Amino acid sequence: MNKAEWANKVLKPATAKAPERKPLFETPSGIPLETVHAPEDATDWPGAYPFTRGIHPTMYRSRLWTMRQYAGFSTARETNARFRYLLAQGQTGLSVAFDLPTQLCMDADDPLASGEVGKVGVSISTLDDMRTLFAGIPLDKVSTSMTINAPAAVLLALYIATAKEQAGPNADPEAVMRALRGTVQNDILKEYAARGLYIFPPRPSMRLVTDVFAFCKQHMPHWNTISISGYHIREAGSTAVQEVAFTLANAIAYVQAALEAGLDVDEFAGQLTFFFNAHNDFLEEIAKFRAARRLWAKIMRERFGAKEPRSWMLRFHAQTGGSTLTAQQPMNNIVRVTIQALAAVLGGAQSLHTNSWDEALQLPTEASVRLALRTQQIIAYESGVTDTVDPLGGSYAIEYLTDEIERRAQALIETIDALGGAVRAIESGWMQAQIAEAAYRYQRQVESKERIIVGVNAFTEDEDQQLSIQRFKVDPRIEEEQRARLAAWRANRDHERVGALLRQLEETARSTENLMPVLIACVEGGVTVGEIGRVLRRVFGEYQPPQVV
Amino acid sequence: MSETLSWRAPRELARWLSAIERGDAKALAKVRALYRTPSPAHVIGITGVPGSGKSTLIATLARALREAQHPVAVLSVDPSSPFTRGAILGDRIRMRDLAGDPGVFIRSLASRGAPGGLAAATADMVTALEAAGFDYVFVETVGAGQDDVAIARLAETVVVVEAPGLGDDVQAIKAGLIEIADILVVNKADLPEAQRTAQMLAAALALGFETVGHHGAAAMPAAQDVQHGWRVPVLLVSATKGEGITALIEALRQHRAWLHTSNEGLRRKRRQAEAEIYARLYAQLARYVQMHLDQAALQRWVEACAMRTAHPEEAAEALLAHVLQAIKPC
Amino acid sequence: MRPLRILIAKPGLDGHDRGAKIIARALRDAGMEVIYTGLRQTPEMIAEAALQEDVDAVGLSILSGAHNTLLPRVVEALRARGLGDIPVFAGGIIPEEDIPFLKAHGITEVFGPGTPLETIVRFIETHTPRRAHAESSS
Repeated sequence: MNKAEWANKVLKPATAKAPERKPLFETPSGIPLETVHAPEDATDWPGAYPFTRGIHPTMYRSRLWTMRQYAGFSTARETNARFRYLLAQGQTGLSVAFDLPTQLCMDADDPLASGEVGKVGVSISTLDDMRTLFAGIPLDKVSTSMTINAPAAVLLALYIATAKEQAGPNADPEAVMRALRGTVQNDILKEYAARGLYIFPPRPSMRLVTDVFAFCKQHMPHWNTISISGYHIREAGSTAVQEVAFTLANAIAYVQAALEAGLDVDEFAGQLTFFFNAHNDFLEEIAKFRAARRLWAKIMRERFGAKEPRSWMLRFHAQTGGSTLTAQQPMNNIVRVTIQALAAVLGGAQSLHTNSWDEALQLPTEASVRLALRTQQIIAYESGVTDTVDPLGGSYAIEYLTDEIERRAQALIETIDALGGAVRAIESGWMQAQIAEAAYRYQRQVESKERIIVGVNAFTEDEDQQLSIQRFKVDPRIEEEQRARLAAWRANRDHERVGALLRQLEETARSTENLMPVLIACVEGGVTVGEIGRVLRRVFGEYQPPQVV
Repeated sequence: MSETLSWRAPRELARWLSAIERGDAKALAKVRALYRTPSPAHVIGITGVPGSGKSTLIATLARALREAQHPVAVLSVDPSSPFTRGAILGDRIRMRDLAGDPGVFIRSLASRGAPGGLAAATADMVTALEAAGFDYVFVETVGAGQDDVAIARLAETVVVVEAPGLGDDVQAIKAGLIEIADILVVNKADLPEAQRTAQMLAAALALGFETVGHHGAAAMPAAQDVQHGWRVPVLLVSATKGEGITALIEALRQHRAWLHTSNEGLRRKRRQAEAEIYARLYAQLARYVQMHLDQAALQRWVEACAMRTAHPEEAAEALLAHVLQAIKPC
Repeated sequence: MRPLRILIAKPGLDGHDRGAKIIARALRDAGMEVIYTGLRQTPEMIAEAALQEDVDAVGLSILSGAHNTLLPRVVEALRARGLGDIPVFAGGIIPEEDIPFLKAHGITEVFGPGTPLETIVRFIETHTPRRAHAESSS
């Protein structure tokens, strides 16, 4: 495809549907910028296979990325207030962080939850908690991303139940569900490989994942059923190449599982999304996003025979690298986050979370979260990098790195194929060992100063000169409050109905039927997250990790 | 330290094990005394290549045995780094379920350079665990393959664990482990290739009949067992699902019963005692050599052999003569 | 001298074991024997492992924010088993201002993010009285 053909076949239909933000884009000196700059006979074009230069022909000239700050702490009420604040500040999507007991499908009063309730996210045990979390936020209007994996189906059921309540008893439930937009992370494989918040063994876990695929395909067409995440793999210490390879290998496993569950590839592939890390090495990161996009397009088209262009497109959310933040001279983190965010934008992200500079020390304060959001807004509105598509495409260095990352990631994926696929590579601990090895190598380089981290192993300052920061603290009383709320909830429900629903849940779990309908019925009937977790643990068993250190 | 050893006093037991491991004279004297009182404990060796699921199998076995109230001990050996002497002992990761049960005692052990897949102190630590009243003592070897044969001179029953999907070959056969097996377990039986792996193992065992007589080196316990009427069973087990565990426990009992009712039990004990005496003899000799080696002479011989003006065998003879001279007066 | 035996454990529910694994490797490379227990360890599980393994020190890594609840419980569980002499050190995301509280509750030392591995290794080598004691009593 040459430039004229692209303009005709790809660009024109796209701008007819969604025009660019301005009739003319030009630099402050008055130099006009075209939608994309490339030689007439170039072969790689944005919005066309293999999408190296972006999934849309006009990218940010039509629509900026979604600025989505991950937030959630303590109680549903407080998180709700933070959500409303962020929406008022110009944030365009919600992103929910759940606390660890919720992420492990335990109630706030579980003995193992002691000390953890409301710490790294919001505690959700009941429909009432979910109701409070989204009070005054119309779920048919916002797009919501939920970082939830092992119990993704359970929290999705709560979200649906909440939306149905908001719509009122007379609303058509199908219409309510159809209107919902958002994402559940639902990526269990990276939990085994890197993030550690797994519950069940791989096989029943994959069934939960594909149950969500099948349910959403039918009832929630605008819902992203999974966010296949390299973010945590990178945070655990992998290299950029490993991040691409392991994420796509996991994605291949999900596609295979869905095919085995009887779905057609083009039925669900368009609802898959990705989640990558934006790290410090500016050029490598930009190239990484481009390489991942190209590789995925080839995998979907060539390996899985997908026919729909939407199935070939790797759409991704990016978050700046949490592990790159330093506790030393923490204000330096603002600069790191800016560079990383810029890399994500130059790499063509669909949505972005920028970390707050104080996150290596504590949960971020409202002020630091606002500054992180402002960073995105400055890139979007002041830097000018959004005015032409893939501005670094064609750079010798960027194209070279893109090719290299693709080639090396491809080789790693072939290795994983030879090991029997991603699930096997994770069960045997191979993937974890590769990551641990890379993490240790990196740490050694920092120790030997082969790799310089400003403020940590070079240009250090006396501790006394560090600025004192405002502390954000989760109120320790909220754990008791949550327990009390939960006790009251349990006392005021129809016990017989709860018992019947739990029996029905157990039966369905033992069958091959889709679990989503019964999960929705359970949460609507007052069953708690932890009660569901107990039944599923009994039926599915618990995962025992391989020994990898 | 208290004088009595009991599984009900785990802190004291743990400290005795440490004392044995570091070669404490008082502890070793105690072990000598304890060794003279035979114990009813069933000492079971678990070996197999990495990835076969040894730790998980032990965890599942232990859980099943705990249901019948048996106190269970586990000694897990992992390799030490030959360069730094350090080690990462990760077997507890797979035995997480057993935590908190006072009837289960788990001890991780670094090999500290000992050959054969066990640590030098393993046998004495097993003696201490037997004396502490455990009904079952599991010894998990390093799992390096071929070399993991020291367990044959320690365990009453050796279980070799194999798993499908570790490559095209059946690793236990490749590693030569099959020769020391009293029981063969194909773990991860829920994987589709498990049946085939079991068939290959059974076929390899059948072949073993014919080759045993021809090789002096084949005088390994399992090979002779086959000749004396123990058919090595090949069992399909899924340790993570707990399937096949009852059959495995039954096989362990049968093997033990067979040892007790046939002459083979005593024969095996003799063989093991002899192997253990040899092992300790060599270890003592090695210590003497270390202690009395004429370092200056060694350097001269090194030079000569490097220049090929002497043969290493001559050097060894001369150096040994010196060592023997030095130890004679004691 | 015999190698030091160190237990590295992750109390609490968070799954971030990058730091714990790096420490385990660094201690191994410094010649120590490291018993690694994996994720989601309760204070009782940690104390029980320390007891059975007869370790010289216990290292805890926690990033969930539950440190003020869980770390003192580990110390209590050790003391309840007569293991109050085992030094306990901690790392992860632990704010500066929580350190005095933790030290008052029996945590020997807290290592913040970015602490050089060398510092941690040296600290352990010089704060493990049990080995010296055991050697002299034999």
